[in-house]
Amino acid sequence: MSVSHIEQMNAGGGVPLLSVRHLRVEFPSRRGMLVAIDDVSFAIARGEVLGVVGESGAGKSLTGAAIIGLLEPPGRIASGEILLDGEPIHALRGEAMRRLRGRRIAMIFQDPLTSLNPLYTVGQHLVETMLTHLELSPAAARKRALALLDEVGIPAPAQRIDHYPHQFSGGMRQRVVIALALCAEPELIIADEPTTALDVSVQAQIIALLRRLCRQHHTAVMLITHDMGVIAETADRVAVMYAGRLAEIGPVAEVVRAPAHPYTRGLMGSIPVLGAGVERLVQIDGAMPRLSAIPSGCAFNPRCGEAFARCRSERPGLMPAGATRAACWLYAGDCEGLSAPARDEEGA
Amino acid sequence: MSSAPQSSPSPPSPPPGARRPARAGTAAHAETRPSRWARLVDSDLFYSFIHSPVTVLSALVTLVLVIAALLAPAIAPHNPFDPATLNLMDGFTRPLQANEFTGNVYWLGTDAQGRDLFSAILYGARVSILVGFAAVAFAALLGITLGLIAGYRGGWVDSLIMRIADVQLSFPAILVALLIFGVFKGVAPPALQDRMAVYVLVVAIGLSDWVQYARTVRSSTLAEKNKEYVQAARVIGVPAPLILLRHILPNVMGPVLVIATIGLALAIILESTLSFLGVGVPPTQPSLGTLIRVGQDFLFSGEWWIVFFPGLTLLLLALAVNLLGDWLRDALNPRLRR
Amino acid sequence: MFAFILRRLLQSVLVMLTVALVSFGLFRYIGDPVNNMVGQEASMAEREALRESLGLNEPVPLQFLRFVGNAAQGEFGMSYRMARPVADVIVERLPATLELALISGVGALALGIALGVYTALRREGWLSHAIMGLSLVGVSLPTFLIGILLIYVFAVELKMLPAFGRGEVVDLGWWTTGLLTTSGLKSLIMPAITLGLYQLTLIMRLVRAEMLEVLRTDYIKFARARGLTDRAVHFGHALKNTLLPVITITGLQIGSIIAFAIITETVFQWPGVGLLFITAVQFVDIPVMAAYLVLIALIFVVINLIVDLLYFVVDPRLRVQRTGRAH
Repeated sequence: MSVSHIEQMNAGGGVPLLSVRHLRVEFPSRRGMLVAIDDVSFAIARGEVLGVVGESGAGKSLTGAAIIGLLEPPGRIASGEILLDGEPIHALRGEAMRRLRGRRIAMIFQDPLTSLNPLYTVGQHLVETMLTHLELSPAAARKRALALLDEVGIPAPAQRIDHYPHQFSGGMRQRVVIALALCAEPELIIADEPTTALDVSVQAQIIALLRRLCRQHHTAVMLITHDMGVIAETADRVAVMYAGRLAEIGPVAEVVRAPAHPYTRGLMGSIPVLGAGVERLVQIDGAMPRLSAIPSGCAFNPRCGEAFARCRSERPGLMPAGATRAACWLYAGDCEGLSAPARDEEGA
Repeated sequence: MSSAPQSSPSPPSPPPGARRPARAGTAAHAETRPSRWARLVDSDLFYSFIHSPVTVLSALVTLVLVIAALLAPAIAPHNPFDPATLNLMDGFTRPLQANEFTGNVYWLGTDAQGRDLFSAILYGARVSILVGFAAVAFAALLGITLGLIAGYRGGWVDSLIMRIADVQLSFPAILVALLIFGVFKGVAPPALQDRMAVYVLVVAIGLSDWVQYARTVRSSTLAEKNKEYVQAARVIGVPAPLILLRHILPNVMGPVLVIATIGLALAIILESTLSFLGVGVPPTQPSLGTLIRVGQDFLFSGEWWIVFFPGLTLLLLALAVNLLGDWLRDALNPRLRR
Repeated sequence: MFAFILRRLLQSVLVMLTVALVSFGLFRYIGDPVNNMVGQEASMAEREALRESLGLNEPVPLQFLRFVGNAAQGEFGMSYRMARPVADVIVERLPATLELALISGVGALALGIALGVYTALRREGWLSHAIMGLSLVGVSLPTFLIGILLIYVFAVELKMLPAFGRGEVVDLGWWTTGLLTTSGLKSLIMPAITLGLYQLTLIMRLVRAEMLEVLRTDYIKFARARGLTDRAVHFGHALKNTLLPVITITGLQIGSIIAFAIITETVFQWPGVGLLFITAVQFVDIPVMAAYLVLIALIFVVINLIVDLLYFVVDPRLRVQRTGRAH
């Protein structure tokens, strides 16, 4: 899907489905306040697939958890806003937030084995979720469950619906998880590393399934992963996170073809390509800083080959860099020191 | 949280390439690690200790009780076991009240035969604590050894040991201890019984509790056994016991310590129970349990203190040790870190 | 399923035989049975006759078989101390212990689960902290101290409940019950509390720990992410999964209650098999000790078997091992 298609989809409403503005998530710890997500802003349009990529610990999963209201205490949203269809949801508590979950925003996790209750059949999982959110009779819910199982590609759904999770293989379980996420017809699915725990051969199937179903149901997806290959295949846009901040965001084709941020370039360069004939893989020296020791200025500056004085003292905001936007002073140009451009919700 | 590898333990690593400037007055080692004491004080363990007033209190109480008990012969105001110093007229004195016949005042009162309860408790606690420590040491030694062997050797040795452990685990400690004691009483000649009773008690309590140590050590051994550094050591020809002692054992000490602390509380309670039932320490070396047994008879005639103070001491001791063990277990459990 | 039951039965028989061996060893080799039974005046001929009749001159394995055979029929010889058949004495006193064990066990289980769930769900509340604090005291209080404390408060000071004995009992053939009389019920209260308190504390802490563990799992997280109500998450999912391992532990606990009954019966002079056993240890009454051992082992083994079968019924992961693995 091209960018223009998405703009077409949005043309009617004008308001993106999900809008995250200056999100800041903090963890009080005995070493002081740790900032896990620092002034992150992005938007997801209806039906769009936004990939969120980054190393372990960059804050991707936390962003997803914050959106759906499942941050583990003592973590908390310190400031910023999360808007669903224009309505703020970041301050919702308890029952109000619960009604959103599953019904408007769904989330699936990494390990399908541990995501399902071993004492409940697959059918019980599905029916329960549907009865919680939709006005259905149990019989109707069961019928829907059967249809869903068929849709996600479970063979012989009439028998399998009464099977327990341990009777399914990893790939099948993840299909069930996807079915569970879709069963209440949410508008957004946050998929947190949905294929990391699966065999490589199965990963492609699951990703393809996710993409197909979400297109069919017009569900937006926030696909969190550390695997750039998956993003390249599946996402419309991609956001690169580093040390709790956004390093770069833009259409997937552009980011892959011509990454602007030095970190993204490093990521791209480190993907092995068959037949490329390089002697050594590109490797970024050093490691992502711990939350308690984030460098001043640009968080990436100690590892960046192109850093200069300004990078060490001032933190760059997202600024236009070719076809994408990157938080890098290399692209300062005329936009001097803009730390939070007001237009970044629309995506680029 | 970040997954960046760490180069040195506690202070944040300086940016790569930087040098720590030598401070005036310090020695030439510009990059010394902080001392062991400083590391301990800065560790998460110490932090959680200091910030839990209950734990600090328990540690203090335990320390006070243990030291007071061990020093009983030195600090007890009277020797409750020397018949010459006892005055029958002193019997049944209430706490902190002058005896109507002799005018003596005792802090915690006296028992039926004029023994100062405070001293008796000190000596009794001493017996209880010594037996408890000895039993735990015995159980730990036995359990750790068996666990190491079972985990390292594997095969039928492992199966055998674990079977025995499983069967024993289903029998409550008190039953095992009672059986061993019963056998001892049936086998040993009456003359030796009093003298040997304490040792048999230690063995009985220890034998009833070794399984937990064995299991924990065994699973750690199994985990470590297949790691490369162990295999490398074997290839070089390091003898097995040395591998076990130097590599595997240190990894296990944390959980073992937790088991030992809670085990100490259990051992003290078990010993006092056995003594209460009349099958523990001999009457010549009464422990807190014995004192309580004797005191129970006087409950109905109103001399409550004979039972109360030994009971209170026992409770405080067990409680303090249990609290310490609880804290230790939570502090050493990585999954509970907030 | 059949294979499983068969295997467990075989294991149980093996355990029982091992216990029988230990028991036999006690019986035969500790002290001299003949001397203990006959006393000083008996002549050599009488002793020899007794030896012969007791089968003490036969080869040891044969004696063991004879022992097992007798044991299976409940024949354990005569108590040294009471000069009555051991089996009779045990049967006489078993109902007292069983009643006490059952009442306190069921109470401890119900209350323990309820409190455990409460303190897990309301972790931060002051009531939870108070209950947890008290539970720590409960674990540190030896059973006999609890009993003495209760006696002091309710029997000595308040004079509300009897301090000793079982009260009036009603004879129902081979079972005597104290549940049908007021004095019987009153006598049951303090011993039941004493016996049950430790179990209650244990179960409560176990349930709490297990529930906290379950609440941390991914499937609970996913259940919340699906927007299920708190009630569904806590009681539908979490509780069900929590109770599973609790079944095993509880099964074992019922067994250990019977052992703890020894202490409680001593404190309250409750005429059960526990008091019988401790007296036997004090007087080195070997036949009683041996018989008690076998009895307890039997109870343990039966309970373990029931628990295993229960597990089989409740945990689907064990059940469907035959019908097709993952595909």
